[in-house]
This record gives sequence, C-alpha cells and structure tokens, in this order.
Amino acid sequence: MTLSTDPDAIQELTVEELRAKFGTGMEIAGDEEYMLLSMGPQHPSTHGVLRLLLELDGETVVNLAPDIGFLHTGIEKTMESKRYTLGLVLTDRMDYLSPMSNNLGYILAVEKLLGVEATPRAQVIRVILTELARVSSHLVWLGTHALDLAAMSVFLYCFREREYILDIFEMVAGQRMMVSYFRPGGLWRDLPEEFEPAVRKFLEFMPSRIADYEALTKNNPIWLDRTKGVGVVSAEQAVAWGMTGPSLRGSGVNWDIRKAQPYSGYEQYDFDVPLETDGDVYARYRCRMEEMRQSLRIIEQGLDNLPDGPVNIDDPKIVPPPRSELGHSMEAVIHHFKLWTEGFDAPEGFVYQSVESPRGEFACYLRGDGGPKPARVHFRTPSYVNLASLPIMSKGAFVADVVAIIGSIDIVLGEIDR
Amino acid sequence: MSFNLIDFLLSFLDMTVLDYANEVWGDQPWLSPLLSVIYIVVIATVVLLLVFVVGWTERKVLARMQDRIGPNRVGGRYGMLQMVADVVKMMTKEVIIPAGADRWAYLAAPVVSLATSILLFAVLPLAPGVVGVNLPSGIFYVMAISSVSIVGLLLAGWGSNNKYALLGAFRAVSQLVSYEVPLMITLLVPVILAGTLSLVSIVEEQTIPYFFYVPLAGIIFFISILAETGRSPFDLLEAESEIIAGFHIEYSGMYFGLFMAAEYIAIMFMSALFATVYWGGYNFFGLEDLVLANGFAIGRPIGFISLIVKIAIAFFIFMWVRATLPRFRIDQLLDFNWKLMVPLSLVLLFVVVLLNKAIDVYAPGITEFGRMSIHLLSNVIIGIVVLEIMRRRARRKREAEEGPDAGGWRMEPVLAESDETQLAHAD
Repeated sequence: MTLSTDPDAIQELTVEELRAKFGTGMEIAGDEEYMLLSMGPQHPSTHGVLRLLLELDGETVVNLAPDIGFLHTGIEKTMESKRYTLGLVLTDRMDYLSPMSNNLGYILAVEKLLGVEATPRAQVIRVILTELARVSSHLVWLGTHALDLAAMSVFLYCFREREYILDIFEMVAGQRMMVSYFRPGGLWRDLPEEFEPAVRKFLEFMPSRIADYEALTKNNPIWLDRTKGVGVVSAEQAVAWGMTGPSLRGSGVNWDIRKAQPYSGYEQYDFDVPLETDGDVYARYRCRMEEMRQSLRIIEQGLDNLPDGPVNIDDPKIVPPPRSELGHSMEAVIHHFKLWTEGFDAPEGFVYQSVESPRGEFACYLRGDGGPKPARVHFRTPSYVNLASLPIMSKGAFVADVVAIIGSIDIVLGEIDR
Repeated sequence: MSFNLIDFLLSFLDMTVLDYANEVWGDQPWLSPLLSVIYIVVIATVVLLLVFVVGWTERKVLARMQDRIGPNRVGGRYGMLQMVADVVKMMTKEVIIPAGADRWAYLAAPVVSLATSILLFAVLPLAPGVVGVNLPSGIFYVMAISSVSIVGLLLAGWGSNNKYALLGAFRAVSQLVSYEVPLMITLLVPVILAGTLSLVSIVEEQTIPYFFYVPLAGIIFFISILAETGRSPFDLLEAESEIIAGFHIEYSGMYFGLFMAAEYIAIMFMSALFATVYWGGYNFFGLEDLVLANGFAIGRPIGFISLIVKIAIAFFIFMWVRATLPRFRIDQLLDFNWKLMVPLSLVLLFVVVLLNKAIDVYAPGITEFGRMSIHLLSNVIIGIVVLEIMRRRARRKREAEEGPDAGGWRMEPVLAESDETQLAHAD
C-alpha cells in the first residue's frame, strides 16, 4: 500500500467542506464514485466520542476529517473561576487514563509560578506515581488497541493488571482514577505503609505479564500483518504536525521531555527512551511496550532511593497545616481558614511547564494576576495535537487500518475536548 | 410385526425408533411422509434449543480463557439460564425497520439465514442408521445449501439502507465466495478417498479417520469453515470494532436473534461436518455397531455420543481461536485464501487423486493402514515443501524491507547522552 507523503495534498477538506460536498451521502466526482461514512461519535473504536468523516472508495480511505468537540467540558474556562488548589481536580478529568500526569503538569506550573519547589521525598513519590500511571495508561492503550484488532483476550489481561495499579492509587489517594493527589507544595499526604510492598510485588510480576502480552501480539503473524507498514508517518511529517510522545518516537525522533527538559528530578534516573524508525503502527506499538519496561525501571529506582523527610514544603501560606495542629495552635487555625476560604495569592506573570504524559508532551500555560485564581489556564494536550496527523496516516488505507491507526496514536477524547 | 409399547419405548433408547416404525408400519403409504415431518420437527427444534447450550458454553469458555467469570446470575451460580433470559429480552424488544429499508429484503434476510442453517442438518448422519435423508449426493447438497446462506447476508446488507451494513455485505460476499473454493476442494478429498458423495457412506468408509490420511487437507478445511461461518480471525463481516456489526447492524429484537441463532447453528453444523468427514463421524473404534444379545443396539447411542464429543472438540477449537487471534484485514484475508489455501488444496486434491488411483492399480490388496501411510507421507512432504517456500518468501520480503534506507530524514538527537538514550539509531 502506498501512502501519500505530501502533507499538503491531504488536508484539502475540512469537516464542513466534506459535509457540504456530500450532502446526503453519495457523490459522483468525475469518474469516481465515493461514499461518505460518518464514523462515530458513537463507534466502538473511536475511543470516546470522536467523529470521523471518511470519504471511501470501496473500503479505501480517500479523505478523512476528524470532527471533535462532542465532549467539550470547558475545563480551561472553568479553572479561571477556581482557586489554584481547586483547579487541580479538574485536570484529572482531562486525560482520565493518566490523571497523575495531568496533576503533575498543572502542579508544577503552579509551583513554578509561586517560585517554590517540592521536597525531595515528594518529588520521588511524584515520579513513582506518574510512572505507574504511565504503565496503567499504556495498559489501557494496549488493551483497546488489541481490541480494535479483535485480539479480545489481551484487553482483559491488560485490565487485570491495570486494576492492580488502580488499587495502588486507591491506597495512596483514596480514589482510583480521579486521584488529585499532588498538591501545590507537595502531596495530599504521605504514602501509606502498604505502598512499597504492593509496588514491589507489581514490579516482580509485571515483566512476565508484558512478555505474555507480547506473546499474544508481537509473536502473531496476523498482528504483524495488521500493524507493519500501516499508518506510516515520517519523522519530518511527525515534527511538522507537532506530534509528541511515543507516536513521535515511533518515527525516529528522539524527543522526550523527561530527558530534554527534566522536571521532578528525572535527570537522576537511569532509563532509556525507546526509539523506532519505521513510523508505522507497529513501531509505535514497540515504543510503548518498551516504555512500560523503562517505567518499571524508573519505579524501581525511585523506590530504592526514596528519601525520608516531609512530603510538604514548610510554607503555611501554601500548604495547609496538619490536622493535629488545629487543636492547639491558633496560627494553624488561621492558616487553615485562610487557605480554605481564600486560597493563596500567586504573583503576576505567566509560566509554561511541560511534562511527558503517556501520550506525549502535556503542558500547562498558567497566567496569574496576583490574586488567588489564575487569569488564564491553557493546556497543550498531546492527544489533540497527535490527532491532527490522523488524515496523513490514514489516506489510502483501509477502514480497518483507520481503526488500527487511531488505536496507535492513543488518543483520549477528554483531553482533546477539554 | 405388531405394535408393542415396551419395544416401541425401548427403541427410543437405542435410537432404532425409525427402524422399528418401518418394521411395524412399513407397508403403510403414510409412514414415510409422517416420519419425515416428525424428523424435521425434532431436528429443527433440538438444533434451535442447542443454541442456548452452545451460546452459554461459548460465553463461559471464553470468559475462563480471559480470566473472568462469565454469566453467573441468571439460573444459579453458573448462569445456566443466561441465554434464556437473553432470548426473552430479545423477544420482548421492538423490531424496528429503518426508514428507507427495502422491507422485503430486510425481513427475508434473517429467515433465509436461519432456514439454510437448519436445512443443512437434513443430511447429517447422527448415529448408525439415524439420518434425515441418506442422499447419495449429500456433499453436493451441503455445498449448495451453504452457498445460499450468503444470499441472506447480502439481503440484510443491502436491505438495511445503512452504509456499515453495506460494507459488511461487501466483505461477506467477497469472503464467503472466496473461502468456498478451498472448502469445496477439501471436501472433495474425503469424497475421493471414500469414493462416494453420500455422507453416510463417507462415515462408514472411515475405519481410520481421514484426518490421519490427509491432515493438511483437514486443517485447510477447518480454516475454511472458520471463514465460512464468519468466526474469528475471519469475522470481518461483522467486525464490531470496524463496521460495528456489519450486515446485521440495523436489526433489533428477535430478528437479530435469528441471525445469532443462524450463526451458532451454522457453526454447529460446520463442526459436525468437520467431525463427520475428517474425524470419522459417529465411528468409535467399531463400538458403534455393537448390538447386545437381546437385540438392544447399544452402539447407536455410543456412536451418537462419540459424534457429539467430536463436535464439541471442534467447537472448542473455534472458541480457542476466537480468544487468541486478531482479525485479518480484507486484502490479507483474500491473499491468504487465493495465494495459499486454494493452490495448496488444489495440489492436495491432485496428489490424493493420483495416489489413490496408483494404489488401486499397483497395490490393489493393500491394507487400510498401508493406504493411510502412503497418503500421510505425501501430506507430510507437501507440508514441508510449503513451509519451506513460505519461509523463503518471508525471508526475501524481510530482506527487501530492510534494504538501504531511501534517504529518510531524521532529527538530530536532542541530548548530549544520545548514545545511551537511543536504543535504535537512524542510519
């Protein structure tokens, strides 16, 4: 199959133009007769409420336009009316498969604006938890990707392991998915005692489970047929379209925020950034599978080097006092009251902080106006940008390939329509 | 022979009731039509009821393979009545005919599918002497009827006035028509070995199951029936992750239920056909002809159970494959068929014909075992040759892919420690 490598030739038609062109469905353009197929927003393989308009010649995709906005929640606008700490819970709802990464991106931006830095212990805990979140997110990706290609059992096996990670999150944060665990200046509270044994156990069994998934996918000739050479995007195109994350590294571009612009002490960890050069669905698959293993390495190093000490910075203007102090310290009561009624004031100015979420570069632009609420919050979400290159990858492919390609760029609609 | 109630009831137990009726009322003109009607009613009912069992089994087995529990609420802790509950639900649902549907095509499609599936059971020998119609051309009947089932899918896809259904119908027709070719060719292999088109005679001829003669043909046949019944990895026609449900996307209520029943019945029949032509049908080490001293034909129930077990094993493999494999893409599916299955099955048929004739001419007195060994040897040789050819082709393809890069553009590594961080280097 040949895919057009000229990016200009593809984005000819927008959703509106496609709709106008086709009207009720069939169109005779010249000698060719094409069919307009509306895939989604309710479709099992569009990973949420994505709608694709496909211009089909038989089963071959002639043109494709993603139509987004069905899950618009107005998170960015809502955050302008929330205090800095309260805005945090909204970030969970964007990339609901990896809320830890969103928390981290937002919290780091807030801390940057405030000019504070979390304690060493908090930083290591943040890294451990975001890497766990990366594994859990990649598990959902692998499961749904395999389900799109009808390897049904992989889906359930992946969810079994994800369940274990969610149990760890529940143990830590009291919530399975919408954790809101990272707070400005530290964490909600310290790790419970059971955390380390649970994660150690996870580190023990996970490598063999990853090998199991590979036995069901990578070792299967049908899987290779379905993924190799499908949805090719060159390094040049990937950079031009702003792709990030494993989707970019699958095309051979070595760009990982954890290495390029380290945050939360990532520079102290020893891990590799998996790279593939083919730029097809299979390359992205390989990258993510390897990333899971690298994440396990990071988690292990984090656990081994977990420093003692407080998890919150010693600044009562930002971090609420511990509950035990409220009984006997007037000062603590006042701080508590102030934080819960007014919050803290952040200085004027703006910051931009990016983190490597499981999908790519997740970044938060935050502008403070000196008050307790942000003047503007904007998120650079990887799914949104990666989705833009779907038409390049899909043109000339089959309908069945489109499904595989959507699975391989691993989009989360909550993040796209935030 | 006069009618005796005890004997009559006993004849149900050893499945000789048809013979008994023939003995008692054999000279009556109404007997034959009456027996036919009764047989049709019984078989159609039993087969439809079996859908409950099969559907439940599949869900339970799949669940176990996928590390979950499966149905466990309706009908005790094993969820035995889950399918009953499902059917009750489907019966009470409204049948919605989409606007713009071709009403007659839409309504006829599930009926055609179900009817053709059930009709197939007419020629299936269930036990020694128990068969609906012992057609001399049974195999031909099977081929003809199973081809008609495609019409049902096409009607559904076209009549629904839905683009997904249409895509499903495209796929269904191209897939089923293609895979009918190897299916028929590999059905001809047992026909040639047995020298008859009648399913009963094919079973009777198999003192050693034909699977041991021609395992390769058996495997091709099994793959073809996977494709013919639209099962994973060939479930493109109803690929739920691509075209949602394909041809039956617009069907609701019991009309959808009819499609589901038709699918399960087709799977049951194809498993039974596989067991019959390749695994010796109801044969069970000669025990199937056993008759007790008092004339009680105990061999018939034994043969029947043996057939059921063989069908169950074949069906289990269906489920196993479904739990394991991803789905083909349409072009790969057709490639696989026309570039591998069809040529290979043609070669197999050719070799079987030649060898069979050669054995008849040059070694007429050879034992059944000797005949089997010769065929088996030829099959093993063909298998090895095919594997070798495929391996070479794959190697050539791989070498072509890994050839010199056509001047790709790579971003310079961003980091200083690039040697450590880059697992794969761009050339």
